[in-house]
Amino acid sequence: MDSSVFDLHDIDIQWCPGCGDFGIMKSLKEALADLDISPEQVVIVTGIGQAAKIAQFMKANFFNGLHGRTLSYATAIKVSNPSLHVVAVSGDGDLYGEGGNHFIHTIRRNPDITVIACDNMIYGLTKGQASPTSPLGLKTTLQFDGVVNEPFNPLSVSIAQKIGFVARAFAGDTDKTREIIKRAILHKGFSLVDIFQPCVSFNKVNTYDWFRNNTFYLDEEYKSNDRNQAFDLAMKDAPYPLGVIYEEKSRPTFEDNIGVFRNDSRPLFRRELDVRKLEELLELKK
Amino acid sequence: MAEQAEDEISAINMAVGAAYAGARAMVTTSGGGFALMGEGLSLAGVMEMPVVVHLGQRPGPATGMATRTEQADLELALYSGHGEFPRIILAPATLDDGFWLTWKAFDLAEKFQAPVIILTDQYFLNTTYNTRPIDTGKIRNDRYLVESKTGYRRYLDTESGVSPQSVPSYGDGLVGVDSHEHDEWGHAQEDFDLRVRMVDKRLRKMEGIAKEPISPLFSGPDDFGKIVVSWGSTYPMVMEAAGFLETSDIAFMHLREVWPLSDHVKNLLLRAKEVIVIEGNATGQLGSIIRRETGIGVKHEILNYNGLQFSCEVILRELRKILG
Repeated sequence: MDSSVFDLHDIDIQWCPGCGDFGIMKSLKEALADLDISPEQVVIVTGIGQAAKIAQFMKANFFNGLHGRTLSYATAIKVSNPSLHVVAVSGDGDLYGEGGNHFIHTIRRNPDITVIACDNMIYGLTKGQASPTSPLGLKTTLQFDGVVNEPFNPLSVSIAQKIGFVARAFAGDTDKTREIIKRAILHKGFSLVDIFQPCVSFNKVNTYDWFRNNTFYLDEEYKSNDRNQAFDLAMKDAPYPLGVIYEEKSRPTFEDNIGVFRNDSRPLFRRELDVRKLEELLELKK
Repeated sequence: MAEQAEDEISAINMAVGAAYAGARAMVTTSGGGFALMGEGLSLAGVMEMPVVVHLGQRPGPATGMATRTEQADLELALYSGHGEFPRIILAPATLDDGFWLTWKAFDLAEKFQAPVIILTDQYFLNTTYNTRPIDTGKIRNDRYLVESKTGYRRYLDTESGVSPQSVPSYGDGLVGVDSHEHDEWGHAQEDFDLRVRMVDKRLRKMEGIAKEPISPLFSGPDDFGKIVVSWGSTYPMVMEAAGFLETSDIAFMHLREVWPLSDHVKNLLLRAKEVIVIEGNATGQLGSIIRRETGIGVKHEILNYNGLQFSCEVILRELRKILG
């Protein structure tokens, strides 16, 4: 499938020229096309932020909800209709700040969704305040003496919480990012791809060059199924590893655990009321 | 399926997500949790998602008296969520009614693609008594989802304001929904004319909702002078008290749909010389809504907010004081 099936024409893309989100959208479209997932089979779920606007710029089913609640929608959509591919695209503010609680608990639930975190370490939509992943000392439009709060570490937190798949990518390398996203989509369960993304307008420290100089790709020798090693790697400061940091395939998904699809794979909207089951339930209450 | 969400914010947003995928979705909560759901309720409003919210009222503010009862969240239910959007609020009078109004809530939510709130309270939820078996043969589950075609518009502007709802993977179309103001395809737009059109489209659904009122429980003569209005869980106590009154001039109207007030309810209120409202809160919330919606002043209020349900004796005593 050609990735142009996801192109929307005659739209005004509001990202700044040079924004890392362009690269991420390209990688995502290509990953879906390579996997033969059509616009009708996928739902792009987003919240609020520059990254969240991707729902408006791609031809696909989309749910562009409130700030921070991306994972709640994605979970519910998947568990209501497991035949859909659900890709949540979120930013470091939406996913780790406003939605931080949902991030932790959605990993626990383990729905089969893919989460792409466009991590530019800044609030781009609201013009440059510090985000949960802003590095210490970063001077911003609000934190003009520099960031003093310890940055959130999505990799170590998610590995500690036994995530099934976590990877890190770089928006400036769309080919490698596409391949990482493909692996994430193919993973059965919650998969997180945290993508280093330059914000050309508001983060003058973590630029394309900075990311190139402060990252390295994990080599083929790296064993991504060693949780302790992955945790050590996730805790390290620059240079930061790129690639699949940790993958563990045995965890059952939320859809498996919830039971209603065990003997019936139909999505909920295709099911009718079963009066007999209702009567059994009423009988139990007597 | 049921899931205990990490918080009420997640719960309501999951419900909206599930409704988008075509599931019949409901959340159940109490005052503080419902307060957290406000933004998600507003989302259901702008996205036009059928979501049912059960709100079991307890005395607030804040943690208040968490194991006691009150009817003080009617106005919270009515005004919760920023912006203007249609909603329906139902309040079951008996346990049977709880079953049937919940069924009705799902039906109305899906038919009008709007949030429906079921208001109960701690007293109602902790009450047990024998009821007649529920006649499941009376359940009629209409589904309103349609198969989409290429170019499907989730927010097609129609005369009734209701757009045919499809869901992802049901047909050839794509389904897009947005928390922003949006065009007919669900794409965010800042077009001032479109904004007015979409607000009007959503609010127009109230006209259809008004055509399907849920009748109040009424007892009394046709030529009543005074009307006693109550709602929700107080029904058995109010009716018991009514049985002890000797006056023939008085009618009792118990509301099961507290928003919107139907024309039938308004007409009964307009016919009365005196309106007496009985409700379990300190500020007379239903009375305020009646005043606002009909221009009728409430002559007497019997209010109770000590954390316990009204007793028949208290209602009877207060009514006798009023009736003289």
